[in-house]
Order: sequence, then C-alpha cells, then structure tokens
Amino acid sequence: MNKEMGDAPGKPRAIVVGHGEFAGGLVSAVGQICGMADKLVVLSMMGMTPEDIEGTIREQLSRTGARVIFTDLPAGSATIAARRIVKDEPGIVLVSGVNLATLLDFVFSTDVSPTEAARAAAERGKASLIVVGR
Amino acid sequence: MAIHLYRIDDRLIHGQVVVGWGQPLNIRVLVLVDDAVAASDWEKELYRMAVPPEMEVRFVDVPTAIRDHAKIASDPRPGLLITGDIDSMYRLVKGVKAIGSVNLGGIHHRAGRSEKLRYVFLTPDEEQQLRELEAAGVEVTAQDVPSAHAVPLQEVLEGAAR
Repeated sequence: MNKEMGDAPGKPRAIVVGHGEFAGGLVSAVGQICGMADKLVVLSMMGMTPEDIEGTIREQLSRTGARVIFTDLPAGSATIAARRIVKDEPGIVLVSGVNLATLLDFVFSTDVSPTEAARAAAERGKASLIVVGR
Repeated sequence: MAIHLYRIDDRLIHGQVVVGWGQPLNIRVLVLVDDAVAASDWEKELYRMAVPPEMEVRFVDVPTAIRDHAKIASDPRPGLLITGDIDSMYRLVKGVKAIGSVNLGGIHHRAGRSEKLRYVFLTPDEEQQLRELEAAGVEVTAQDVPSAHAVPLQEVLEGAAR
C-alpha cells in the first residue's frame, strides 16, 4: 500500500481550521452524516497570534501526519498561516473556502492520496453551491 | 480625510478587517503599514491574495507612511489603515500629528503581555505608548468588530471590560 495513502482507521488525513466554531461545527456535521469525523482534526484559532496559529497547525501536521489543511475564508489568518506552511513544505495542500460537501467528498476518497482527494473534493464543493429560485 | 479607521491588528489583513469592517464601511483601499511586509515581495503577495478584487491594497513602511500620509488620506475612496503592532502606530501617529483616533483591533497573547480584553494583551511599554497617544489628544478605543461596543482606553487598561 502506498504509504502516503495512510488509511488506517482513525488516522487523520486533514486539519480543518476556521473562525469561531466553524471547524468544529463542520466536522461534527461530517460525523453525524457518515461517522468519519476521526479523519479530520479540528482547530480553532480564537485568541491566537498569527505565529501561534501557524505553530499550532505545523504541530498538528507533524503529530498526525495529515497532509491537507482546510480553511474557511481566503482572507482569514488561518489561510495566511497555511500558505506560509505550504511554501515551506512540499506535499502539503491548502484548500480555502471549505464547505460540508467538500469535506464529505474528501473523507470518502480513501483510495487516492490525501492531496489528490483534496483537489477532487474542492471541485465537488464548488459544484455544491447552487442557487434555486427567481 | 478618507481613512475611516486606523487599526492595530496583529493578524493584519484577515476576515474581521476585510469583511467585518470592510463591508459596512464600504472600504475600497487598505493601507498596510508594516516595515517587514513592505520589504518583502513574498509577504506582499501573500496579503494581496487575501484581499477581494474590489479593494486595492497598498504596502508601505512606517517612514513612507509618515511622509506620504497627506497624499494617502486625500484619496477620496474609503480607506482603512492597519499596523500589526502598537509601536508602528505610535511612530505613525507621532510622525503625522493629524490622526485623531486609533482602534485596538487585535493584539494577542505573547510572553510579557497581560490580558486586558479577550483580544487585547499588552506589555507595560505598550500600555505606556497608548497612554502617551491619549495624552496627546488621540482617542484610543478597543473594538474588534463594528457591532461591538468601543471600549475607551482607560477601561481597557483597568481590565474592567474583560
């Protein structure tokens, strides 16, 4: 098995970080829908300096072996921190603007590497934004 | 004067600035006054990508901001000026002598600082710089987002609003 695929049960494949309780809420929704919340690590950045946000994400990547960072807003300080990490660490992928459809697609894509899964999940997430009505 | 807010925020350009203040104030120009960012093309690109297309962002160091303040402030588009620390804002306000108010938006915990508000932690030197600004007639208040109450400096320093 390709080591990067790392699909042992409970082994996190991504970190989700956002404003307020966004990340926790999103991951709890993943857990409720498919019970795979253990594939995701939740980080809140409330009350942290930019250096602490970056340090915490780096620490979690290193501790868990996760290769993907999902953030909420492109203008968020978590996104800025994640972009600094991506610059330094080849193989880490950032997806900003994460939504529930993105995360669900990601946790089910266990037959490809986390980075490939992230790219495909981002496309699914974009396609899930639809407007109905006149 | 088209600069609607002079803000100290260690996260520089982020959600609260771009969306929280940017939308209600209809901000069209962000002026990031930071010596380190102004000196690095990579840092400038990093923050430029965080800014929505309807906003222009300018990067200047403190001496340039002091020299060009009148020109920057004469831009008729609504603007927001940010520094990442108290010292940069202190030098700017002292150098320009035309800035009437300063917003404490986010100065988070690090060694040597003590908590004044959930989002304001200060060292004794930083407290002193803020007191000096107020003594010089500058209104200093803490307010993270527009819907929050603006807390006057004295209350911030007393920790009464924690």
